[in-house]
Parts: sequence; structure tokens; C-alpha cells
Amino acid sequence: MASSDQIQFHLSIDSRFENIELVQVVLNDTLERLGLADDSRHWVDLATREAVANAIKHGNRGEAGKRVEIRMSVDDEDLVLTISDQGDGFNPGEVGDPLAPENLLRPNGRGLFYMQSFMDRVEFDARQGGGTVVTLRKRVFGSAETRTASREAAQKSDSGGDG
Amino acid sequence: MKISARNVGGVTILEPKGKITIGVGDVALRNAVHEALQAGSKNILINMAGVSTIDSSGVGELVSTYTSTKNRGGMLKLLNLPPKVSDILQITQLITVFEVYDDEAEAIASF
Repeated sequence: MASSDQIQFHLSIDSRFENIELVQVVLNDTLERLGLADDSRHWVDLATREAVANAIKHGNRGEAGKRVEIRMSVDDEDLVLTISDQGDGFNPGEVGDPLAPENLLRPNGRGLFYMQSFMDRVEFDARQGGGTVVTLRKRVFGSAETRTASREAAQKSDSGGDG
Repeated sequence: MKISARNVGGVTILEPKGKITIGVGDVALRNAVHEALQAGSKNILINMAGVSTIDSSGVGELVSTYTSTKNRGGMLKLLNLPPKVSDILQITQLITVFEVYDDEAEAIASF
């Protein structure tokens, strides 16, 4: 029998924005099988979009051939997503506060803020060999209801259901 | 994403359908507003009812088009914000920047 901690994926995409849609399809399907409600799926999807878009745009600078790796796993009660790029590194401390009056009408600088708003924890680390790894964590398996939905979805998937 | 445009009482109403996200939807929105401004329109109302997702790039495009319309002596306002889009604008306090309406006739009369 599969359990929720066995539902996971690893994607490697080229640095093109249209590939974000591919990530979204896989992520949404996986979160649905884990029993996440529509609202939770939407916000996790949006945070992941922001992280992947940042990796493509600011990390890999859209260079063809540079990859973005997306991994999703379940760690105890947390959903964990890591997004890695092959860029020159990133210092989140250099991003201005998008709520500061002088930044309110700036066209950019909100991606990180949205990630932090929709997830419980966002961490940035240097990747071995160059690049940045962003880790997004969200506690989604705390309720008995979600655990049951997750277990049922995993059983259905394991028994060759519609998954 | 598709954007249709129509004119009511001197106001250009843009109706995007789908995602206003990086690389596709944000560019389409920029082009649609640019076209409206180039055609001489000063007042723009974006009906957001058909927008399923907006990301930081889409929000950035809304802010840019708001500023460029204002710089030309016009106004850009929003109509029918879906709850999730409203949440996105709320948490970055942009809901205080945009004028938002739930009724088209009322929105048009406000220009």
C-alpha cells in the first residue's frame, strides 16, 4: 500500500516560462491525490510558480540549457518543495519590502513576498556546484480529515484507480 | 490567455480570460492596454471576472499599466475581482491603489 510519503515527484525543466505550466499540471495532480483542498492547492501552486519563475528569470537568466529542478515530497506533516537553479546565487536580503510606500507601485519585487505569504517556511541555500535551492514548506497534513483523504487517495492510486 | 476589448461610453473595457502569469498572460495584458492607449483611449476598465490565476508578474503588469495610463492623464480601474485575485492584491496592499467595482455601469459612470 502506498502512503502519502511515497507520493512525490522530481521534474527537470529547461529555462522557459511555458514549462511552468507543465510543473503546475504535475503538482496539481499530485496535490489532488494527496487530498489537498482546492484553496490549498491554489496557494501552493502560486508559491511554486513564483519560485520556478525566479529560478528561470533571475537564477538561470533564461539561458537555454540551464535546468531548473523541482522536487516534491512529504516530510511528516509537511509538504516540501525544492526548486533549484544553476545561476550565480541569490541573496533574499537584497529584495526590498514590497509594502514600503516607495515600493508599492514598483512593477516587480513581490514574488518572494507571495512565496512567504502562502507557505509556512521559505529557505534559500547555495547549491553545491553553483546556483540556489529554494525550499518551500507547508503543513498540510495536520487534520484528521486531510490524513484520511490522503490515505484513501494513496490506496486508490496504489490499486490502479484513476491515478 | 485571451483578451477581448469593447468600448462603452468612452471607456475601453478589457476582458482577459485565463491566467495572467509570467511570459504569456502578462505580455498579452501589456499589449492590450498599450493598444488601447495608442488608439486614443484614456480610460480603461479591466473586467477580471475570467481571470483564474494571477502571479507577481501579472500583478506587476497591472501596476505598470495603472501607472502608464495615469501618466497619460487617464485612469485604469478594475471590475469583478475573483476572491483569489482580490486576496493577492490585498496582501500586497494594492487593493488600496486600484479602484475596484462590482457593477459595470457604476464603474463606467465613475470615470
